[in-house]
Amino acid sequence: MTVRIKYTKTGNFKFIGHLDLMRYFQKAVKRAGLDIAYSKGYSPHQMMSFAAPLALGVTSEGEYFDAQFNTLVSSDEFVRRLNAQMTEGVEVRDVILLPEKAKNSMSLVAASDYHVTPVQGFLEEEWDRLLRGAGKLLEQEQIEILRKTKKSEKVEDIRKGIYKLYADGNQLYMLLAAGSEYNLKPELVTEALCGFLSIPYNRAAYQVHRLETYMKNEEGALVSLLESGTKIQ
Amino acid sequence: MDMTKRALSDEILMQVEKPARYIGNEVNMVKKNPADVEIRFAMCFPDVYEIGMSHLGMQILYDQFNRREDTYCERVYSPWPDLDRIMREKNIPLFTLETQSPVMDFDFLGITLQYEMCYTNILQILALSGIPIWAKDRGNGVPFVFGGGPCSYNPEPIADFFDAFYIGEGEVSYDKVFDVYQAAKRENLDREEILYRFSKIPGIYIPSMYEVSYKEDGTIRAFFPKREGVPEKIQKQLVMNLDEAPYPVKPLVPYIRATQDRVTLEIMRGCIRGCRFCQAGMIYRPTRLKSVEVLKQYARDMVKSSGYEEISLSSLSSSDYQCLKELTAFLIEELGEKEGVNLSLPSLRIDAFSLDVMQRVQDIRKSSLTFAPEAGTQRLRDVINKGLTEEEILNGAMQAFHGGWNKVKFYFMLGLPTETEEDAEGIPALCEKVAEAYDHIPKEERTGRVSITASASFFVPKPFTPFQWAAMLDGDTYSDRAHHVKDVFRKQPKAKSMKFHYHESYVSVLEGVFARGDRKIANVIYDAYKSGCIFDAWTEFFDYEKWLAAFAKNGVSMDFYTTRERPVEEVLPWDFIDIGVTKQFLASEWEKAKQGVVTPNCRESCSGCGAAKFGGGVCYDRKN
Repeated sequence: MTVRIKYTKTGNFKFIGHLDLMRYFQKAVKRAGLDIAYSKGYSPHQMMSFAAPLALGVTSEGEYFDAQFNTLVSSDEFVRRLNAQMTEGVEVRDVILLPEKAKNSMSLVAASDYHVTPVQGFLEEEWDRLLRGAGKLLEQEQIEILRKTKKSEKVEDIRKGIYKLYADGNQLYMLLAAGSEYNLKPELVTEALCGFLSIPYNRAAYQVHRLETYMKNEEGALVSLLESGTKIQ
Repeated sequence: MDMTKRALSDEILMQVEKPARYIGNEVNMVKKNPADVEIRFAMCFPDVYEIGMSHLGMQILYDQFNRREDTYCERVYSPWPDLDRIMREKNIPLFTLETQSPVMDFDFLGITLQYEMCYTNILQILALSGIPIWAKDRGNGVPFVFGGGPCSYNPEPIADFFDAFYIGEGEVSYDKVFDVYQAAKRENLDREEILYRFSKIPGIYIPSMYEVSYKEDGTIRAFFPKREGVPEKIQKQLVMNLDEAPYPVKPLVPYIRATQDRVTLEIMRGCIRGCRFCQAGMIYRPTRLKSVEVLKQYARDMVKSSGYEEISLSSLSSSDYQCLKELTAFLIEELGEKEGVNLSLPSLRIDAFSLDVMQRVQDIRKSSLTFAPEAGTQRLRDVINKGLTEEEILNGAMQAFHGGWNKVKFYFMLGLPTETEEDAEGIPALCEKVAEAYDHIPKEERTGRVSITASASFFVPKPFTPFQWAAMLDGDTYSDRAHHVKDVFRKQPKAKSMKFHYHESYVSVLEGVFARGDRKIANVIYDAYKSGCIFDAWTEFFDYEKWLAAFAKNGVSMDFYTTRERPVEEVLPWDFIDIGVTKQFLASEWEKAKQGVVTPNCRESCSGCGAAKFGGGVCYDRKN
C-alpha cells in the first residue's frame, strides 16, 4: 500500500542535501515504528521515492515523497508519529493513501511555485526595481540565458518554463515548470531577471522558498499532489 | 532558547563544502540551556565532522557528561580548510555545534587524541578558538584544555599545548574532575591552584607540574614533579564492570554520511592476544567483556532510538568474545530477519563459524575474506607473537573458496624488528600459495577468478609495547623493501591474480617521531603548523617539505626518535605512566621476540604481565 507524505523543509534543513534528506526519512520512519516495505535481496532498501529534489539553500513548505507500507495507520496517526521523530526544520503536514496503480509523485510533478525574498547585502532600491521589472520580463517572447553544465555552455530560452512571475507584496512570486518534461530552477529566473534589468546577480542575496509542488489533473489544471488520494481514517 | 541560532551566515554556509558539518541539531543531540548549567564542556575530535562523528568514545563521553544536570557537553570538530580560511579572514571564533557558541566561553575543552597525525589540527582548534596555543600563556577564565585517548599514553610531544591529560578510560574519573572544579570555582581559586587540585585526581597528568632534564646525548636524565603532593606516577584509569558503565543508547545520528554510519555495539575492551607491535593490546589490558544479555538490550534500544538499519560489533578481536555465536544469532534472527537491520562484521578469524555467519549476512560475490598475518614468514610471525599460521590461512581460504568466495585481502607490515629479505619475500610467497590453492577447487564450484589484494604498511613502534625500544627503518630502506616486494609479486606464477599496495613512507616516519617523541618535539609541531601544516592525516594536505623545514629549524633529528634502538635502561618519555602492564614484562617480551619465542594468550595461560592488579577481567575468569 502506497501513501504520499507532504512535508516542509525549513530552517537549517536547507543545508541538508537531497540524498541526506532521504536517508533522514528512512531512519525517521524506522524510529516511528511504521511498517515500511522493503525491496528483496541482500541489501534491501525501503520502498520510498521522492517527488522533486530541492536545491541546497532553498526552503520549502510543499515537499512530497511516496512510500510503501505493509500495514497502515490513520493519516492523523502517521502525521503524529512521524512528527514525533522530526528534528527542527522538517514537519510532516499530510498523509494520504494512493489508489492502486497510482503514478508515483516524481513522474507526476509538473510545476512548482516559489517566493523569492532579499536577504542581505542587497540594496532596497534594486529590489524594488526587480519587483517592478518582473512584469516586463514576462512580456518578452524569448528569455535567453546561458546554461552551464560541467562540459558545455549553451544558450537556452526559458520563457516556456515561466507560467507566472509577479511582485507579491515585497516578495517575488514565480510559478515554474518542474519535473521530467521541463524543469526550471527559480535561481535561473532570478538571474535572468537581474540580467534583464542590468542588476548584478548575487546568489547569496536571495532566499528562495518553495510554496507548493503541483501535478496536472485530467483537465490539465495544476493541482496539489495530495489530489491523487484520500485521507486514511 | 533559540536552537536555530547559527555561528555562520547563510552566505558562508553556501560557500563551503558540506555545510551540514557545522549546523548541529542532529537526531538525539542533547539540548540544554547553558544558563542552567554550571559546567560547560566542549568536546573536540580534531578532524573533520564525518570522521569525528564516527568515533564511539566521544559518543560515550558525550552521553555520560550530559547525564549530569550541572554539565552541558557540546561538540566541536575541525573546520575543513575551506571554512578555516573564511573564519580567519572574518575573525569568526570557533564554535560548538549544539549552541553555536564560542569555545572560549566554555570551562573545558576536551580533545580526543586518536592518531598522531592530528597534532597540527589541535593547534588549529586552539588558534581558531582564541585560546593561547602554549598552556603557559593561558590565564584565568580560559578553558582548561584536556587531552585523552590512545595518544595520551605518550603525551610528551604535545604536553606544552595542554593543561591536563586524562590517562585511561574516560568513564572513571571525569566526575571527580567536575566535582573538584565546582568546588574550586566556589573558592575562587586561580588557574594554577585548580590545576594543582586536578593533579591529585587519579589518572590526571598536569604537564606543567613536572620537570624534565636531559643528558648530553638527548635522552632523558630525570622526570619529576615540581611540587609537593603531585604524584610521580600516573595510574591508568579503567572501567572494571563494563555492564554497569554508561553507554549511549541514544546515539547521535548525523545528517550527512559519517565514515562509520551505523549502530556500534562495543562488545569487549582489551585483547587476550598480545601481538607485540600492538599498543591497544597492551594499554587496554586486562580484557573485559560485556554480557550478552546487556548487548542484546543495547542493540534493540539503539536500533529503535537511531533508526539505523545497520549494526556493527566493535572490539579488538571479536572472535575472542565468548558469546559471539549467541550474539550474532540474535542479531541475525531478531534484528535482521524481523526488523531489516544488516549486520556488518568486523574482521573475524576465518573459520567455519565466521564463514557461516558471513554467508548469512553478506553477498558472497561482493564480499572478500580478510586475513591479517602482518608478516610473511612463520619466523617473523613468531617474533611479533601473531598466532596465525600458514596452515590456518590456507585452511580458512580453502573453506571459503568452497563456500563460493574468490576475493581475499591480506594485511602486512614491512620493517618489523628482525625482518630479513626472506621475510619480506614471504609476503608474495604466501599470497601465491593461497592463489594456487584455488586451483584445487573443482571448476563447477568456482565463481570466477581468484583475486588477491595484499597491502603493506610501514611498521611504527609504539609506547607501551614490547617494541617500544625497537629501531624503526629509515624511510628509504622501507621504500626499497616495498619496491622489492612489488617486484617479487610481479614474478609470481599467479601474478595476474594478485595486487600489492604499500603505504608511502613519509607519514609513517613522522608518526614514528610523534609516537615516541619527547617535549622537544612541541616546537617542531608549532613551526610546522605556523608554516601551514594542517590535516596531515589527509594525503591532499600533507606537506613533507614543510615538516622537514620545521625539524631543521629546531635542530631536531628525526633519526634520534625513529631509527635508534633504545637500551632497556633508558628513561622513556612515557615512563611516568603506569598502565598496569609492567616494564619488566614488556622487556621480557622484547627479549623473547628477538629469540622468536611466542607467548600464549591470556586464556591459555597467564604470563604475569601485571594487569591482574586491576582485580578483574580475563585475569580472574575461570578457565573453561
